[in-house]
Parts: sequence; C-alpha cells; structure tokens
Amino acid sequence: MTKGTVIGVIANMVTLTVDGPVAQNEICYISTGGDRLMAEVIKVVGQNVYVQVFESTRGLKVGAEAEFTGHMLEVTLGPGMLSKNYDGLQNDLDKMQGVFLKRGEYTYPLDKEKKWHFTPIVTAGEEVGASAWLGEVVENHQLLKIMVPFQLTGSYKVKTIATEGEYTIEDTIAVLIDKDGTEHSVNMIQRWPVKKAMVNYQEKPRPYKLLETGVRVIDSLNPIVEGGTGFIPGPFGTGKTVLQHAISKQAEADIVIIAACGERANEVVEIFTEFPELVDPHTGRKLMERTIIVANTSNMPVAAREASVYTAMTMAEFYRAMGLKVLLMADSTSRWAQALREMSNRMEELPGPDAFPMDISAIISNFYGRAGFVKLNNGKTGSITFIGTVSPAGGNLKEPVTENTKKVARCFYALEQERADRKRYPAVNPIDSYSKYLEYPEFAAYIEERINAEWIDKINFLKTSLLRGKELAEQINILGDDGVPVEYHEVFWKSELIDFVILQQDAFDEIDAVTPMERQEDIVNLVTDICKSDFEFTDFLDVMTYFKRIINVCKQMNYSLYKSKEYEECLVQLNELLAEKKVK
Amino acid sequence: MTTKAFQKIYTKISQITKATCSLKAQGVGAEELAIVDGKLAQVVKIAGDDITLQVFEGTEGIPTNAEVVFLGKSPTLKVSEQLAGRFFNALGYPIDGGPEIEGVEVEIGGPSVNPVRRKQPSELIATGIAGIDLNNTLVSGQKIPFFADPDQPFNQVMANVALRAETDKIILGGMGMTNDDYLYFKNVFSNAGALDRIISFVNTTENPPVERLLIPDMALTAAEYFAVEHNQKVLVLLTDMTSYADALSIVSNRMDQIPSKDSMPGSLYSDLAKIYEKAVQFPSGGSITIIAVTTLSGGDITHAVPDNTGYITEGQLFLRRDSDIGKVIVDPFRSLSRLKQLVSGKKTRKDHPQVMNAAVRLYADAANAKTKLENGFDLTDYDERTLAFAKDYANQLLAIDVNLNTTEMLDVTWGLFGKYFNIEEVNIKKELVEEYWKK
Repeated sequence: MTKGTVIGVIANMVTLTVDGPVAQNEICYISTGGDRLMAEVIKVVGQNVYVQVFESTRGLKVGAEAEFTGHMLEVTLGPGMLSKNYDGLQNDLDKMQGVFLKRGEYTYPLDKEKKWHFTPIVTAGEEVGASAWLGEVVENHQLLKIMVPFQLTGSYKVKTIATEGEYTIEDTIAVLIDKDGTEHSVNMIQRWPVKKAMVNYQEKPRPYKLLETGVRVIDSLNPIVEGGTGFIPGPFGTGKTVLQHAISKQAEADIVIIAACGERANEVVEIFTEFPELVDPHTGRKLMERTIIVANTSNMPVAAREASVYTAMTMAEFYRAMGLKVLLMADSTSRWAQALREMSNRMEELPGPDAFPMDISAIISNFYGRAGFVKLNNGKTGSITFIGTVSPAGGNLKEPVTENTKKVARCFYALEQERADRKRYPAVNPIDSYSKYLEYPEFAAYIEERINAEWIDKINFLKTSLLRGKELAEQINILGDDGVPVEYHEVFWKSELIDFVILQQDAFDEIDAVTPMERQEDIVNLVTDICKSDFEFTDFLDVMTYFKRIINVCKQMNYSLYKSKEYEECLVQLNELLAEKKVK
Repeated sequence: MTTKAFQKIYTKISQITKATCSLKAQGVGAEELAIVDGKLAQVVKIAGDDITLQVFEGTEGIPTNAEVVFLGKSPTLKVSEQLAGRFFNALGYPIDGGPEIEGVEVEIGGPSVNPVRRKQPSELIATGIAGIDLNNTLVSGQKIPFFADPDQPFNQVMANVALRAETDKIILGGMGMTNDDYLYFKNVFSNAGALDRIISFVNTTENPPVERLLIPDMALTAAEYFAVEHNQKVLVLLTDMTSYADALSIVSNRMDQIPSKDSMPGSLYSDLAKIYEKAVQFPSGGSITIIAVTTLSGGDITHAVPDNTGYITEGQLFLRRDSDIGKVIVDPFRSLSRLKQLVSGKKTRKDHPQVMNAAVRLYADAANAKTKLENGFDLTDYDERTLAFAKDYANQLLAIDVNLNTTEMLDVTWGLFGKYFNIEEVNIKKELVEEYWKK
C-alpha cells in the first residue's frame, strides 16, 4: 500500500508527500502520538496530496507517517444497525469508552457475536445478480433481507445456501459461482463507499404514494410522497427541529434515519431519550426500534460532518434495496455546506457566492438525486424519502444553499419568523410553501383512490382562501376596519379559521400532535364547508367575535380524542353556532 | 514561563504581521505553544519548515532576531479546587496578587463529550425574572445568550441571574470587558458573599485582543473540572462573545483567509459551536450551563455573529426598553428558550405552557392594536383591552426588576386574563380554564 509523510498542517487540512498511487477520496490513517487519525484525500498536486483529517490535528508534526488504505470512505452494512447511535463515520458511539470522545478511537458498527435467525429465500441452482435477496432475518420485528454483495457484476449461480437457523454476520450463508466457475462466499456483511450512489434497481418512476406524517400543514396542504424530497428552510427559532422531530416520530415509514449534521448535541440526546419510550403510531412498537441516529454534532470534527450525511444516505439505500420505505432526515444541510466551505477556503480555492465552493449546486443536486422511489430488479418497490433542513444565514432565503436546494427538492416548507414570533406553530408559511406532488397526475389518481376525487380541489380552495385572506388583511390594515366592506372581514376571518384549525398544530399536545389522515379529512371537510357558507353579519366586530367562537370550539375539538364524547360535543356545539348566522 | 536547557532557540524570524510571525523550525506540532520575545504564541500553520505563529499579545516591538522557543504543548490550565475564588488573565495566570495554582495541568479546548454520555437536561434554573422563568424557562445544561445592544443592562441581569440561580460554581469569562464592568462584577459578587464560588478569567479592553481567544476555553476547562471531577453544577458566564468573534476575524484576516459574511471567517459557526457545545448535563449530576452575551449593532440579528450564535445556542434572550412602562423588559417575541418544554408544565404547574402562549398571543394582539393606533385608526373595545393588558403584563411580569416564583407568575397572569378578557378570547384548554380562571 502507498505510504505518505506529513509536510504541512493548517487546522484539519494536512499535506502529505506519497511514494505511490493514491485515489481521490481515498482514506488514509496518519499516526501521531500513538493515535491513528483517519483522513480523506481531497486534492492531489504532483507528489503532494491534500487530505482532510476527521479528527483534531493537535500536536501533529512534519514527518508523521501516513498509510493509505486503497479504498474510499465506506460503511459496513448488515443486520444490527437499527436503534444504533453512530457518529458521522459510522462508529458505534455506545461502544466508546469514557465520557469524552477519544481521538483515533474507531468502533465496529455491527455486532459480531449476535446470532440472527436466518431463513433462505433462494434455493441452490438459482441464478442471482448483485443485490438479489438470498434470505431474511428479523431485527426489531422488521424483516430484513440478506443480499448478494452489491459490488458483484454479472450473473451467478447459487451453489449452496444455508438452511434456516442461527448465524452470526460473519458466517457464510451462501456460496455463489460466477460464469468462470470461481466460488464466492457470502455472509451478512456488505461494504459500500458512501460517496457512490447505489443504483441496484431497474427504474426510478415518479413517486406518487402519500407519506403520512400526521402534520396537517404537510399531509393535507403540502403532501410529501414515498420517495419524495423536501426541505425546510428557516431562521433560527422558527421550529425547524421540532417539525423535523414531529415528522420522524409520526411518519409512516419502515425505517427512519436521522442525520444530525452539525447541530446541537442536546437535540440528539432528546431523540435517544424519548424515542425508546415513544410509540410508533402506525405499528404500536417503540420508535427507537425503527430508528438509526447518525450524529455529528456541531462540536464534533468538521470534516466528518460532510461524511455524516453520506453515511446516512448509504444506509438508507441499503434498506431501500430490501424493498423498505425509508425516511431520511438531515438537520442541517447548511452545516454540511459550511464544512465544504471551510475546507475549500483552506485549500485556497477561488470562492463562489458567499465564499461557498463553486460546485455547491452540483453537490446538493447529486445528493438529493440519491433519494427516490424505485422498482427493484425483482419487481418489488422501495423508497427513500429525504427531508433536509436548511439554516439560511440571517434568515435570508436568497443564499446559495437555499437557492440550490430549491432547484432540486420538490416540497418546500418555508418557516417564517413572523409566524414564529406570533407563536403560530408549525411556522410553515402557507402562501410560499408548496408541494409539487399536488400537480402530479399520478398523485391525483392515488388520492382519488385513497380519499376522493374532490380532495385536491378542496386543498387548492383552502390555499386560495389563505392567499385571499392575506391580501384582504393588508387592505384592512391600510384602510382601517371601517374603511372596507364587512365581506372583507368575513374573508379574512375565514382564512384565520383555516390557519388556527388546520395549519396550527400543538406539537407538545399528546392528541393534537398527530392527526391521522382520516381525521384530517374530517377537519378539512368541516373547515371547507364553513368557508364556503354564507353568513349574515351586522358589522366587522360581529364577524370577529363570531369567528373567534368558531375557532375556539374547533380548537377544543382538535385537543379531544377523535370521535370521543368531547369531540362529538364540540361538533354539536359547532353546529349550533353555525345555525346562528348561516344563511340557509 | 521559563525555558528549559535542552530546548532549541531560534533567532531568525522571516515575516512579521500585526498578529503573526513566521520562521523556519523543525519538529513543531500543530497548535503548539511558543514564546516569541517573551510573548506567548501558538502555531497556526505548518508548511514544511515554515511555521506561522499567532502572537497573543500582538507583535509590537518583536525584532526579526527575537528569541523563539517552542514549548512542546498546546495551551494548558492547572486545575484543582484552589481555582475557586480566584481571578486570572487569559493565559491562566493569577491577576489578584494571590499564589500560583497547584494542580493537574490539562490542555484547554479538550475533546467533546460523547453525545450518548449526555443526559437530557431536566432541571429548572429559577431566576425570579418572569420574562425568563415564565416565558423562557432556563434549564441546567443549557446554553443561551443575551442578544442586546451595548447600552443595555445585560451585565446587571446576568449578575442577578448568576446569584439567584442555585449553582455550585460560577465561572466568569470576560472578553474585551471594560475595566469598569470587570470591577462591577467583582463588587456584586463580593457584596453577595459569593466570591468563594466564583472563578474569573478576564481579558479587559486594556489587554491585547487576540488573547481573548483563550478565555472561553480556559473558563470551560475549569468548568469541566468541577462538573466532571466533583459533579458540581457550574454556571459559565461569557461576556461578550461578539468581542471574541472580532478577535477571530482579526486573526483570520492576518492569515489571508477569504472572509465570508460580515468579514467573519468561514469557520465562525464551528468556532462558536465548539465553545457553546461544552454546555452539558452529565448523568452523574454535574452540569455546565452557559449564559453568554452577544452584543448587537442596532438590534441587527442578521449579522453573522448573532446569526450563527442563534443556530448554535438553545434560544436567546432579548432585552428591550419598553417606552410604555419606562423599564427594560425581556422581549417575549424575540426571546426563546428551546429547552423550556423539558421543564414547563412538568417541573412547574401544569397550566404553564398554555398560559405562557396565551399571554404572548394577547400581547401580540396588543402590538397590532398599537400599530392601528399609530396609523390613526379607531380601536375596538377588544383592542383597548389588549393595550391595557399589555401594560400590566409588561409592568408586573416582563420587566427585569421582577422577582417572583413561577406559581406566583402564573397566578398573576390568570389574574390579568380575568381582568381584561373573556374565556373565548384567551383560547386555553377547557380543563385548565375550569381550574384556574379568576372570575
């Protein structure tokens, strides 16, 4: 293997001279003071190789030796990853000793001792290709596939396959023969370079199936789909993380992977404190059972921050190849872009906008491109739904990360300072936010089947009402309450009704936090009916007082258990209220 | 610091800027300390034999033939219980005339806590100030800054918070502090009889600015010692982090780095995060809570320093002068404590979250009514009531001179609801209204 010697150090960028061939993005280990520091090649100039070190370089001296590994940054995939807490390089954080992270300590991400109950799917003599399903194991009640190694090319014949029984991840479970007659032993472990997209599927059709999240402003107004992409930009304090956590708790996914990329450590603590207790609303099992955390918090080494999102995406691709529905959340992609900026700056590259590297737009679009709904080679489907948050500097959405993400993500959930200041949570701006999937004919056909044919029209009606309400609110502000017709107030208050009852949702209230689709249908129908009704009012004060009463009843209803006695009482109360002023 | 016999002395400096100097040397480690002409310096760049040093005190008067000695270690602090009650400069030397500290020498800016070894913060820190306890409850292990213009009384509020909070140690990290402010803190703490649990690391405006870069790491290294070794609750006060960021930008500029937003280095986020993320709750009971100050220029929070800070810290506290009552209040709109839901309604009375939100919403309605009034429109009866409510609410709760416990704060708020509004207007869960509504 190629060896190198340190000739320069600036923070975590190290320059080496090498005695042999090296590859871009190849991993090497630099030895210093008894520690081995992992680093990745980011630039080669003649004999000089620039590497970014995934650890602190404190004390590193000129002359320190480096050893190249011949491969890019890889993750180890197999059974035993669910409920794990990994760092950005897939070290198992729970296996590390001591309170503080120790430099140069790397831990194996899987469990080599544990035995898994394996059930074969194929029989000897069958033809298989890379990623074909050989057998199954169950982890945390989730059926996982054991697959033909992804790297293999061409067709193989199964020579032997293990019988049903208990095996460790290192036990051979199958022997495959290629067309030259060479035998390949297969166990449950796969390895894959994180920066390379897995393309082990037949095709990637347009996604269309609603991915329920229990958040009304998403599911009803701006739906995301299985295999869809979305992003949540917002200034600090507008509830990005609360919204992300709500989605990851409630989404109807088989596997949820959370990449905490350059964010607060306490937010990760919140996940692994609460998720083992919280129940998945769709299966009734503990949330942690389906969750993997990839944590590279803001105080952990910057270079590993970039790696963390790729690590998480590769894990997601692994589960997608098993035909599972994966939800991947990254908080926040801006921190990842900043990590790229820091390194580009140290390499003295010519900067692009806001000192970000010039290729930032390509990096973002390639990454989002790895998500999606796919048809696997065996005809089954799998999906990766990706939702990233963006933390725009100064809350200004005209910055490179937001703009470039907007080009590729299909759902846009703009969090707004003004709404957050007024405690209207989730602070998703109803006018600016969108879901492109509402325009997909595939989605319309699906929704017609699942809900009804009028649904999308209703949603568009609500969106128009919100816009109209906002326009008239501005008029009222300019001309005064008495300066506009009473109807203006009615339109405005109808939009407030939509806002208070559908958009606003209390993420900390046990019942209001999650609204199943069935219940969302009811509330959308109810509110739409009210908005389409005509009322008789004497003056604007009359409008305001009346709608405040309606809103109050509807909110009490949102806080009540679905179809409970209180819920039905609210309905009765609401109908009485409506009867007061509604024009027959 | 004395030099040892075997150390090689270099005497040929090839380049000098205002904050850095370069020379040729061998066997030097990244981040290693050196003494240049008697001044402390640190390695920031190694390119073969060319070493660039950042001189903390500034390079004034350094000749090209100055003696340079490398110390073979990065900056350290000696930690022991003797730290308590003492005042130090940015380099960790006593400035109170007392003896040197005896203890274990540890490198500052040490490794991060493994996130899985943290505990979720869950202990309320009571300050008596309703703008904080009621609307933005603090939790031990939290990191939160005051965002304030330089003329606002943030140091007074911070001193009050520090003294009222039940903690074992208070560590003050003063960066670019005026001498007057430094003496203010010293007096307040000694008048309160709290000096024995205070440790201060101070860089005043009279000291060289680059030295400030060491202050947060010094303060937090001492904090980690008490929180980890003695399981103590430590409160760290950092004022002012904007001065710290200014020093960062000076150094990065001298090193010819491409500046990003507002002339700040591109690594500002990571630099600040490394400091703030030292805030932690350990399962053993020890904790580090950080309350910092970020001064703003004309209330502009989109500037790179407050902006990056806001993304790192768990909320922020805004001070604002309220002209209606003539007092400084904790602004309920812009202030936020992200960890409040871990304690409010759990460690406090169950109506806390809803009462807090309802009051802020009504206060927002008052702000709208005020705009209407300013634009010359007639006010409705509801508008009038919200304005009257806002005045009482600001005076009795938001003002920084309030000192109540949280139950009293909630009772006062329900009292104001009952005085000005009817039940529908307050929009609170029925079961809570039935229990607490004041007729």
